[in-house]
Amino acid sequence: MNVLVCVKRVPLTGGKIVLTDDQRAISTRHLGFTISPHEECGCEEAVRLIEQHGGTSTVLTLGPPEAEEQLRDMMAIGIDNAIHLVSDGPEEWDPQATATAIVAAIQQAPEPYDLILFGNESADAGNYQVAIRVAHKLGLPVVTGIKGIAVQDGTLRLEQEVAGGRDVYEVPMPAVVTVKEGINLPRYPSVPGRLRAKRKPLDASSPARPEPRLEMVKLVLPPGSGKQAEVLGDGPQAAPAVVTVLTELGLV
Amino acid sequence: MGLGNGARNQKIVVIGAGIVGNSLAYHLTQLGVTDLTLIDKGPLPNPGGSTGHASNFIFPVDHSKEMTSLTLESMRQYKDLDVFIESGGIEIARTEERMQELTRRMAAAKSWGIEPVHLLDPDEIKDLVPYIDERLVLGGFYTPGAGVVDSLQAGTIMRERALEAGMTVQANTEVLGIDVERGRFRRLRTTRGDIEADLLVIACGCWSPRIARMAGASIPLTPMVHQMIDIGPAPRFANTTKLIEYPIVRDMDTNMYERQEGTGLEIGSYAHRPITLQPDDIPSIEESALSPTELPFTQNDFDPQMEQALELMPEIVGDESVGVKYAINGVLSVTYDGMPLLGETPEVKGLWSAAAIWIKEGPGAGKTVAELIVHGDSEIDVFESNIARAYSCQRTRTHVVDRASEGFNKMYGIVHPGEQWASDRNVRLAPFYDRERDLGAVFYEGAAWERPQWYESNAPLLEEYGDRINRREAEWDSRWWSPIINAEHLAMRDRVAMIDLSAFAIFDVTGPGALETVQNVAMRQMNVPIGRVVYTPLLTPSGGFKQDLTIMRLADDTFRVVTGGAFGMSDLKWFADHLPDDGSAQVHDETNAWTTLGLWGPRARDVLESITSDDVSHEGMPFARCKTIEVGPVQVLASRISYVGDLGWELYVPFEQGARLWDIVAEAGAPHGIVPAGIGVYGTTGRLEKCYRAYGAELEGDFNVVEAGMAWGKVKDEDFIGKEAHVRHREEEPAAVMCTLTVDDHTSASGVKRYMLGKEPILTREGQPLTDRKGRRSYVTSAGAGPSIGKHILMSYLPPEHAVVGAELGVEYMGERYPVTVATNDSTPVFDPDNARIRS
Amino acid sequence: MSVLVFVEDPSDELSQQALTFARTLGQDVQAVAINDRDGYAPAAWGQALAAAARERTPSSLIAPGTDRGNEVLAHVAAELDLPMAANCTAVSPGDPVTVTRVRWGGSLLEEARLHGSPALLTVAPHAVAADPDDAAALADLETIDPAGEAVVRVSERVQAETAGVSLVDADVVVSGGRGVGSSEGFAVIEELAALLGGAVGCSRAVTSAGWRPHTDQVGQTGTKVSPSLYIACGISGATQHMAGCKGAKKLLAINPDREASIFASADYAVIGDLHEVVPAISAEIRKVRGG
Repeated sequence: MNVLVCVKRVPLTGGKIVLTDDQRAISTRHLGFTISPHEECGCEEAVRLIEQHGGTSTVLTLGPPEAEEQLRDMMAIGIDNAIHLVSDGPEEWDPQATATAIVAAIQQAPEPYDLILFGNESADAGNYQVAIRVAHKLGLPVVTGIKGIAVQDGTLRLEQEVAGGRDVYEVPMPAVVTVKEGINLPRYPSVPGRLRAKRKPLDASSPARPEPRLEMVKLVLPPGSGKQAEVLGDGPQAAPAVVTVLTELGLV
Repeated sequence: MGLGNGARNQKIVVIGAGIVGNSLAYHLTQLGVTDLTLIDKGPLPNPGGSTGHASNFIFPVDHSKEMTSLTLESMRQYKDLDVFIESGGIEIARTEERMQELTRRMAAAKSWGIEPVHLLDPDEIKDLVPYIDERLVLGGFYTPGAGVVDSLQAGTIMRERALEAGMTVQANTEVLGIDVERGRFRRLRTTRGDIEADLLVIACGCWSPRIARMAGASIPLTPMVHQMIDIGPAPRFANTTKLIEYPIVRDMDTNMYERQEGTGLEIGSYAHRPITLQPDDIPSIEESALSPTELPFTQNDFDPQMEQALELMPEIVGDESVGVKYAINGVLSVTYDGMPLLGETPEVKGLWSAAAIWIKEGPGAGKTVAELIVHGDSEIDVFESNIARAYSCQRTRTHVVDRASEGFNKMYGIVHPGEQWASDRNVRLAPFYDRERDLGAVFYEGAAWERPQWYESNAPLLEEYGDRINRREAEWDSRWWSPIINAEHLAMRDRVAMIDLSAFAIFDVTGPGALETVQNVAMRQMNVPIGRVVYTPLLTPSGGFKQDLTIMRLADDTFRVVTGGAFGMSDLKWFADHLPDDGSAQVHDETNAWTTLGLWGPRARDVLESITSDDVSHEGMPFARCKTIEVGPVQVLASRISYVGDLGWELYVPFEQGARLWDIVAEAGAPHGIVPAGIGVYGTTGRLEKCYRAYGAELEGDFNVVEAGMAWGKVKDEDFIGKEAHVRHREEEPAAVMCTLTVDDHTSASGVKRYMLGKEPILTREGQPLTDRKGRRSYVTSAGAGPSIGKHILMSYLPPEHAVVGAELGVEYMGERYPVTVATNDSTPVFDPDNARIRS
Repeated sequence: MSVLVFVEDPSDELSQQALTFARTLGQDVQAVAINDRDGYAPAAWGQALAAAARERTPSSLIAPGTDRGNEVLAHVAAELDLPMAANCTAVSPGDPVTVTRVRWGGSLLEEARLHGSPALLTVAPHAVAADPDDAAALADLETIDPAGEAVVRVSERVQAETAGVSLVDADVVVSGGRGVGSSEGFAVIEELAALLGGAVGCSRAVTSAGWRPHTDQVGQTGTKVSPSLYIACGISGATQHMAGCKGAKKLLAINPDREASIFASADYAVIGDLHEVVPAISAEIRKVRGG
């Protein structure tokens, strides 16, 4: 099977987010980068599917030149090829522009994809829509929030977690699926994997950026909770004070 | 300067709760300090500094005696705290050049008394490290005593002990400012309020420069990146019960190390491009994904290392099931010269530094700084780490970054003892510089000065002296050296030489209390007539050597101190710290006001008499006298002493007139066959033939005056630093005796003649190391040619039973033993033993 | 200016909140649900809403920021080729409509403009409180039929075999982070959770290390919980974790680092090592109960 996974380069934040002076981005001075957790699992899933069923996998990103790092990271865990849609500068594209660029790349692919994977939503923007837009433009079925994928005779059996259990969808390939973290535990790359990734094929191009229709004006840090934690004590001696609170809350 | 016993009663604050701060705090309380506060901006037990993640293995053997001493002491403490796991460590060689270097490591181990150590062949390495591809390896240097430590745990235990002894700890407390009044630390301002104290120690690792700057002081280090990754779990380590069961491997030629860490393998690198950071580049704790000193990994910088690790340990690194679980650009502190920064800052009294110290020296440095604070002296002499040593141009950010970067990729490098820095040269230039350059001077750097080591224009001397010049056949021995040095030496001894001595540090002690000051600091009698030059040791409180230098009495209350450039600034601070409390004396740094030209050789007086009408005859100007003379248009302070052991003078002239003096001397000397001679003569050949001891080589805190063979005359009645100890030393049998030896036969097994360069172990003829009753090994403190006597000269402390003229011993060099013989066992020179030349 | 609101479930407070939110944009609010007799079919439901939007030309179309709300509205947006803003906390009418929406699971907000009409947006859960009148108004709800071929629809519901308290429903969650140190270390967490009748949670660092299954993970990409009490043990308070537990009514943090970010969101704090503190709390509970 021929699998495509779409990922997005995002910063690895700590306990505190700091904005740039123009408030249009997160200050990444001290930060490393990764891809969104859902997408990481998507890449792992792609590698597993190919291990199981044979075929080829490709990872794609729309991002700045530095995003090649993320593509190589995913090739290090076993993805075969990469497509880099290079955006000029770090400002992110809005969901419609992103979807348009991805669709164009998919349509130019030499072989059609059987399965196109996305993360359910990106860790930073959380727009929840690129996959669905891509599917619409390609006329493909799309299922979201998937925590289990099985392939049989050209059909995908997909499991989605809901309250009380799992909903099952069965769709024919080709299809677009968004996955959620928890579908698998991604592997760490091996050293040989990393070294091979450097030599794997990467196709780069620079699509033109359309005007944003969901236009970011600025970023704002949410107000703090304003809470002042009541210190119940230090170490195990605090236990009685804790139990007093638990009792007040009606839990003991 | 320590506060003496008074320190116990004073209030001390330490900033930084990493391995250094914790150890320092513990040792301060052990020494009786009761009012102590430890502060860190981070949480405990892991405030987020380098201690929290740094690679924690220790290889004890180092070429530096001082680093080795600090490391051995640290290992002792780690073992005491039960946090040391002995795993052994192997430095592997992939090249022949490295194999030679490993024999030097073996020799260093012998010189410092670290044993057992072995040289292994590839099969033996494979036995110990089965997952290595031994076909890539030519051999290895094995230290079974190497191991890993839990430095976080060690620091925690030490901190808890200090707490039990009454220390206060304030975590999560950030320093906002430091108040200095009248040049003395007064107050610390923090996010939790102000703290007034008597003494403040900055033990903040990579943040230290930022903190010091708040007080107007400098701590010349830079944070740098050192990459490390953890891969695992490795099938071979799956059933491991210990953190480490296999020896640590240092792959020296690739600047990498690999070591087991539980079920995984840690791979570290010093091979990548040097990445320096500003202390302000280090993120806060909240901003960091992991910690402020575990920065995001830059994959590109590590790629070549992955290949090399894969090549060396394919079983583990090439296993597809072994994942890269952790990868960081770790942050550590690096200085401009590779040595730590310890002691009171010269800029602010009461402000101390305990910075640029790695895990392997941490506890040792903590104890040492505690001793310096409380006693003003320490068991381990850390003169090379004294923060006061830096000149202003060495404290600059540019210099620190340039040298730290240049030194970074040499971490596991093969560094020749004479190797010169390449970056940031030509900063301090003598007024003679252009003339020297035109004479083909090969410039070496000393105390940031460009000094001619020898002059290519003297090449014709090689022919003149023919066979009397020994050539060195082996490449290593002749690297950073030239036979021209020996030729200059012979020309000086035959005729006369002029030598650039501009690197001297010079300072004047003045005022009504000047005599009292120098009398207290110097061992020798300083109440001498005006115009007398006194060569004197300075002692530490425990009677070891703090320095040796000359002091000229220029007036009743003016004494001019002249000392070597290397530790000139440390010496300046020593004098400044010992000025009388009543302000009756001052010390002024006159280094930049004067330049010095040395003029020595049998024809030196001929030359000088031809350019001055002042009386410089032997009667008119005996040895060890100084006076101002006129040389043409220039007034010169002439000092009749000689570090090269020949007739002559040090000529001091105002800096801006130096070039003129040079020209006058050169012209006057021409008919006498004057040659310019470099530091190769001044620092090595000249003084070795006279068996003159040098500070930093023969003379250091470890050895006392009697052992050094310098206890001439009687002890002066006046008090001086170290007097009590010195008197005691005179009453004891010395544990070791400074001797001068000559090499009998230089021929190696392959027929090539080899020439020792220094620090080699002295052994019995049968190859047994020599150890004195204080446990100190005999090693070559200085080595070099003695062209006038046609011998290669080595100096070494020997246990008394071997310190016998004619005793037959051995020296180990590059893995082979060469016969040596004791030539003198006191300060009697091997050349001109009656000192007739100097006194002519 | 009419506002069309997609109601996923009239009895669910998030749908009720969407209705209340919609009223900030206009008084003419039309709430509509999709007939689910044939089961959930996102594209078909999206088609139906898109058709309704074309017909009724509202100024905006709102949906709750639930999994299904986001999904269905994204289908509408794709169908109509309009921008869509997910998880909005505030909206201002105008041309263009401006919204404040959630990023990083709530740790950052974005102000954005929607260039298109109608404005499509979903409402961030608990951005507003549901007005009881709105809840009542949903009793009489218009329902429309899904449209088009439902290639994608739920074919089966697999019941979960839940042992113990479900994380998302639990009234008490005892959660462990990197500080727990190992899978075995969670024994004390489990003990306390059991004593309080609660569920065990964990941070992403824990699941990445393989100490707990992903179903225990609380956070931006895990489960979002809203218990009466969330006890965070050895959790530093990384933004992506806080995104999962900020719905808790009260938060008790146990951490040795007095300055850990989690304390900025905590109601109660114990400074200490969870390996000592948590068993002490369990012991104290037993003491108080056992008499």
